[in-house]
Amino acid sequence: MTVSTTTPPRSLDDPGVGEQYLRLVGAGDEYGAVEIVTTLLDHGVPPARVMLDLIARTQSRVGELWAANEWSVAREHAATAISERALAAVSARTAVRPTRGRITVACVDGEWHALPVRILGEMLRLDGWRIDFLGANVPGPHLVTHLHQTGPDAVALSCMLATRLPRAHAAIIACRSVGVPVIAGGRGFGPDARWAQRLGADGWAAGAEGAVQRLAGDWPPQIDDPYQTAFLGDDEYTYLVRHRGDLVSTAMTRLTAAYPPTSGYSRRQYNSTVEDLGHVVDFLAAALYVGDQQMFTDFVEWTAAVLAARQVPPVALQIGLTLMRDQLRDYPSATTVLDAGIATIRR
Amino acid sequence: MDTRLPAAPALVPAPALLRAALDAAGEAVLLCTAADHTIVLLNAAAAALLPGLRAGSTTTHGPLAGLARATAEGATVFTDEFRGRQLVGHRRRLGDEHYGWYLQDTTDEHARTEAFRAERARTTFLAEAARRLSASLNQRRCVRTTVELAAAHLADAAVVVLPARRRHSEWMRLVAGDSVTGGELVERVLGEVPGLEEALGGFPPTPSRWLDVSQVPGWLLPEGFGPVGALLVTPLPGNAEPAGALVLARRGTDAVFSAEDEMLARIFAARAGAAISAAALYREQVDTTAILQADLLPPELPQPEGIELVGSYQAAKDALRIGGDFYDVFGPADDSPETVVALGDVCGNGPEAAVLTGKVRQTLRALRLVGADPEMMLTVLNRALLEAGRRHRFVTLVVAAISRAEHGRVRLRLATGGHPVPLVLRADGTVESVPMSGTLIGAVPQIAVHPATIELAAGDLCLLYSDGLTEARGGITGSEQYGEDRLRDALAGCAGMPGAAVVERVRQLVSDWVHGGVRDDIAMLAVRAPSRTRLSLMDTGVPATSPFAIDARRGDRRGRSRS
Repeated sequence: MTVSTTTPPRSLDDPGVGEQYLRLVGAGDEYGAVEIVTTLLDHGVPPARVMLDLIARTQSRVGELWAANEWSVAREHAATAISERALAAVSARTAVRPTRGRITVACVDGEWHALPVRILGEMLRLDGWRIDFLGANVPGPHLVTHLHQTGPDAVALSCMLATRLPRAHAAIIACRSVGVPVIAGGRGFGPDARWAQRLGADGWAAGAEGAVQRLAGDWPPQIDDPYQTAFLGDDEYTYLVRHRGDLVSTAMTRLTAAYPPTSGYSRRQYNSTVEDLGHVVDFLAAALYVGDQQMFTDFVEWTAAVLAARQVPPVALQIGLTLMRDQLRDYPSATTVLDAGIATIRR
Repeated sequence: MDTRLPAAPALVPAPALLRAALDAAGEAVLLCTAADHTIVLLNAAAAALLPGLRAGSTTTHGPLAGLARATAEGATVFTDEFRGRQLVGHRRRLGDEHYGWYLQDTTDEHARTEAFRAERARTTFLAEAARRLSASLNQRRCVRTTVELAAAHLADAAVVVLPARRRHSEWMRLVAGDSVTGGELVERVLGEVPGLEEALGGFPPTPSRWLDVSQVPGWLLPEGFGPVGALLVTPLPGNAEPAGALVLARRGTDAVFSAEDEMLARIFAARAGAAISAAALYREQVDTTAILQADLLPPELPQPEGIELVGSYQAAKDALRIGGDFYDVFGPADDSPETVVALGDVCGNGPEAAVLTGKVRQTLRALRLVGADPEMMLTVLNRALLEAGRRHRFVTLVVAAISRAEHGRVRLRLATGGHPVPLVLRADGTVESVPMSGTLIGAVPQIAVHPATIELAAGDLCLLYSDGLTEARGGITGSEQYGEDRLRDALAGCAGMPGAAVVERVRQLVSDWVHGGVRDDIAMLAVRAPSRTRLSLMDTGVPATSPFAIDARRGDRRGRSRS
């Protein structure tokens, strides 16, 4: 265990404060990390800045370090756990009497990135809202039950993974159907949360500050008939989702012939390849669902980088996409999106 | 014989005949000169419709403003209202020197159209009301929707007052174009609003014209609303007693509520009342359930010095959030410093299973107080269940008595009654099963229990779990079980993580595996000997207030263990 002998920084402008905090969360040093946060607060740094400029920013760095294969999953998880404690420390030191209404904050079903939305919850609390934080992975029925029981003024729904958008859509429709407007946010809703509108959300924001501003403005909006936006996706989307298993197994069977190194894969490597192919289908389906191929090409670009950091050549991903494309010849939209993905790797 | 055609019938009709023909027409006809708009002739219908007009006067001057204007502007059509009649006039050219105005009385047609439009507006309003009111089971939201609909369609201001509870009435108000406000009223002021006590008392609604608007108290409407012209108080029918009352106000001295308005308000009030009373019923149910549930939900885990305890419980049934899986923790007893935890699974699910888990937990708590060890706890529980049960009710469970050993180690004495054997994750990433066995509880009189004692070094973790975890179906086919092998792999990837992060990670991997909602209860309880860098993950900060609140920690987009 390392004992920090330096004085904790008193301002976010102090040089190296981000690095120091990152080092502490990476070392699993909860007390060190919490001490930085509390010292900053004691010296008058606004809690919103501590959350956004230190905790949230460090969390993005942690994600990048994992993607670059510099940090293990375990270290990353431990770091996230520390950041949650640091956030709890900020929360404990900033009591705000609620002056506005009540907001339910939740991650969409299957979404486990709770830290960003927890920060949003804290930001809203600082702005005078009463917050019910439902956490990660909230199934739609749980969410709706909660809405019936508490009758909030808004649901702030977070989705960091675009593949969860169909479930996010179902949740948005369900919330609006019981008369509660939804503000959507998180990377999963695309650049500038552009897909949120198509999914029927009443408001959207790319970041926590934007969401706070949006809710402080003209809220609640009038809810029109939610069934106007209730159905998205077409028969190609339906086919992909219903045949996900077949598509992945067929691709796996053909993979050994197409890419010989897989024959020497361990069970774990085999399982992660199955997972990767599943992600390909999921992102493809989600891209068709919202009708934007950029979602898929972004995913391919990101995956190629993650694989490269783990010494998996890009050709492996390209072969995976081609194996999917071969099975989807009769599906023009899917084929177009896959082609765009393959072209992204070739670039 | 005279073969010529008869001479008499002239080709040009006599003016008298012409006049008779025009007088017989239903349309009002004004025959005018093109040069100076002088009326040359007007028929009987025109004279009846527009008394005061005579032959010789001009159409630019006369009682009908629309006609005068249309003539002056050279228009060929006009509409106007005259003495309560709706008129439409068309100008037709009659040769170069004359034209005629043909006027139709469309009052009846107009009335029919107006009635149709009003009926359609009513239908649309009631359809919208039905859709919006049926959406929510939350009482406040139903009340809010009620005032929103009423202020938009029925009046300038709408107030809903709920029946008094403990001498206070909740109310909500919306003035059109404003935002919703609300609060509580003392019961005794309700009588100040004409008709309100009667409406809340279940009496038939008083017609609007009997309500004296000068009696309306200042608190009912915001300052600046202006003089109230008409007031309508309608009961909101509920479950055999009113769910509340709807007060509608229109501003302006000549405002009224017509009989149709009163009827529409009553139809609307019936729907709003049904929604509000259903929501009230739901609230009562929820309150009752919450009380019953409180004892059945997993307990908050204590944080004994030097031991990390983390629990996680996901119920398959979302409505009750309790099911057949359970865990519990019993603190140190008088003669024993050990903390005892139990994690188990009662056959079946839903409220029935939940009630049985309550009994099992209570029995275990009593046994703990008399100092029974894990093996003894299982044996006695078995007998207790066999003697009590009319039907066969099985339980599987693991009991662990936890204590601190030297050098930061943690010792567990474990026994299982037919439950999946806990897994131990060592700090270096190896995963082992606890070497023990035992039979199902509640099935046979004599059970065999082979307990075990294990020790956790700093950073080691022991995971107790229910079979909902390993039997979760998913994967490529969607029907493959998650299985113990995958659980072991998952744990191996969690070496060095804080206990809460391990539990969360496993939950996440299983959720990804089933690719959608988990269909069975899943309970997990992790016991960990803290690493040297102490993580007090559970004992600082804000307590989790929500049943779904989870200390989530995730940085990556996908689980991947590629070497």
